[in-house]
Amino acid sequence: MQQTKQRLLTGNKALAEAIRLEMERDPNVFVMGEDVGVYGGIFGATEGLFQKFGPERVIDTPISETAFIGAAIGAAAEGMRPIVELMFVDFFGVCMDQIYNHMAKIPYMSGGRVKLPMVLMTAVGGGYSDAAQHSQTLYATFAHLPGMKVVAPSTPYDLKGMMISAIRDDNPVVFMFHKTLQGLGWMDQLDASIGHVPEEAYTVPLGKANIVREGTDITIVGIQMTVHQALEAAKRLEQQGIQAEVIDLRSLVPLDKETIIQSVKKTHRLLVVDEDYLSYGMTAEIAAIAAEHCLYDLEAPVKRIAVPDVPIPYSRPLEQFVLPNADKIFREAIQLVNE
Amino acid sequence: MAISKDHLLWMYETMYKIRCYEDKMAEAYAEGKSPVFNIGAGPVPGEMHLATGQEPAAAGMCVHLKKEDTVTAPHRPHHHAIAKGVDLNRMTAEIFGKATGLGKGKGGHMHLFDPDVKFSCGGIVGAGIPHALGAALAAKKRGTDWVAVAFIGEGAANQGAFHESLNMAALWKLPLIVVIENNQYGISVPKTASTAVPSNDVRAAAYGIKGYYVKDNDPIDMYNVSKEAVERARTGQGPSIIEIETYRYLGHFQGDPEVYRDKNEVTLLRQKDPIIRLRNYLLNECGVTEETIAQLENKATFEVDQAYAFARESDYPKPEEALEDVFV
Ligand SMILES: Cc1ncc(C[n+]2csc(CCOP(=O)(O)OP(=O)(O)O)c2C)c(N)n1
Ligand SMILES: [Mg+2]
Repeated sequence: MQQTKQRLLTGNKALAEAIRLEMERDPNVFVMGEDVGVYGGIFGATEGLFQKFGPERVIDTPISETAFIGAAIGAAAEGMRPIVELMFVDFFGVCMDQIYNHMAKIPYMSGGRVKLPMVLMTAVGGGYSDAAQHSQTLYATFAHLPGMKVVAPSTPYDLKGMMISAIRDDNPVVFMFHKTLQGLGWMDQLDASIGHVPEEAYTVPLGKANIVREGTDITIVGIQMTVHQALEAAKRLEQQGIQAEVIDLRSLVPLDKETIIQSVKKTHRLLVVDEDYLSYGMTAEIAAIAAEHCLYDLEAPVKRIAVPDVPIPYSRPLEQFVLPNADKIFREAIQLVNE
Repeated sequence: MAISKDHLLWMYETMYKIRCYEDKMAEAYAEGKSPVFNIGAGPVPGEMHLATGQEPAAAGMCVHLKKEDTVTAPHRPHHHAIAKGVDLNRMTAEIFGKATGLGKGKGGHMHLFDPDVKFSCGGIVGAGIPHALGAALAAKKRGTDWVAVAFIGEGAANQGAFHESLNMAALWKLPLIVVIENNQYGISVPKTASTAVPSNDVRAAAYGIKGYYVKDNDPIDMYNVSKEAVERARTGQGPSIIEIETYRYLGHFQGDPEVYRDKNEVTLLRQKDPIIRLRNYLLNECGVTEETIAQLENKATFEVDQAYAFARESDYPKPEEALEDVFV
């Protein structure tokens, strides 16, 4: 058997490498955002790019999100391929008009004649006491609005492959990376934030879920942190004789319904876990898909774990109470299997 | 312009208190974060933006304010909160995430609210300006002489909210003052790389309002300029912008690698520290004795120590309390 050489990269380095490769390949690609230059992005997504490409292609902007995200739209309409960083997804509030009324709708309103090949990349997630305005994921807020692809990879391998796909895509892509999965030295150290990443450019398709663990007794669907929590829970479930299948959605739009449906048909039980708010969110969408396509395959009602419709609180015991974790998944899964 | 000695003594005490507070916060923040720094660890987790070096803006403005005047502050809010008279015990408890905190542990360091003294702050750059605009609107509608002050960083002056708010304040002649603390950086981006004009006071011309500029972090100049701006606002003469050239001694947040600036920069800045300058001014120009100064300093230190003790001794909220207060 041929041995594959393992080259381990953190999430942030995988992302930066994807952008570097595409910038080398295509002069139309450039990066814009706050602190993306010398600093390398607050969460390291543009590490080393300024040093390599200089201030013409890696542009620090003023704190003017409406203007620079709007400018990315304008430049994309001209055929450039901008990557703009919204430092934290929570800041979408100051620039959402550009995002959902323009970036997401211009291609449609123009009857497909105007293309916006841009990437809006942004950091999501909490768990480190950054409180209500810096800890959200807002997956569903973006996924709800038609006209933009919304992806959220969970491993360094996918971060690189999906970023390359996003840059090459002719549609606007909202690319969410999870802070804790960037593998930064100053946050919680998670094994999952470091992984094998090939040196060359490769693509991972946008819109294809990944079965990261096969099982027969229950399907657990998650994205980003909740995938890793589900995997941890699955290990403990195995000790109880329960085989959990874990699906990493990777992409919310397009959503890979087929993988979910096939899995539920096999396991007959579904638990959906989300670091976003509970109501009107991803968990409800997946539950609806199950109800529409495989209701009679279910042997128990669908269960959901998500943030219980409160803003993310600051204090550690409060925040830990509202966020999903492996314990909660383990407990719910046991209950569900015994139902 | 006549300067009240009592005012200057209050300013000194306040600036000194702020410095003690931030120094102590830097220590508390570092607890549990070594040998490996982890932003989520220790008694004070999350981001921490300290205002060490920026004391003159808060003290020089707030000395002219009364309880009924509104202050909004940004993500770096401790100096404004202290100068506005926010309850120090409850503020510190909030930053430690305790149930006795201003927001019962729900808000944290960037989200301090004390309606008793009409103080608020927030983590979204520029967002406090329209809130101050609204407070100014309410003051005018009710026929009071209350004013509203929005403190922001120079980076926030490039947000739409800044320009939209100033235009409305000018149009409706509202008692709004925007104090811009130009600490030279918005995180890593120097002002020269983010702002097309040399200083933001010139932007006042675009709205037909008063613009003031305070050089070199000067507490006395800040005092004078603020006095005039507040008087104008109170007497119906409309809004103003004050930009103060100030200095951020520490990183943008604690743990900032500060790759974007020369380490020497801060050493030089500390040599002209505004607290020492004000101290010397009081001693040499105002006939204040060392003894009086020492009394003020002891009082400030005592209050700060008390606040930290209160915070540390307080209990954490119960986890389920996370579900309360979504609606009132
Ligand atoms: C709308 C928005 N954009 C970006 C940020 C991230 N951010 C927080 S502080 C900051 C820099 C602010 O600079 P300045 O206004 O000069 O204040 P300073 O930090 O220097 O006190 C940035 C970009 C934010 N909190 N909100
Ligand atoms: Mg600044």
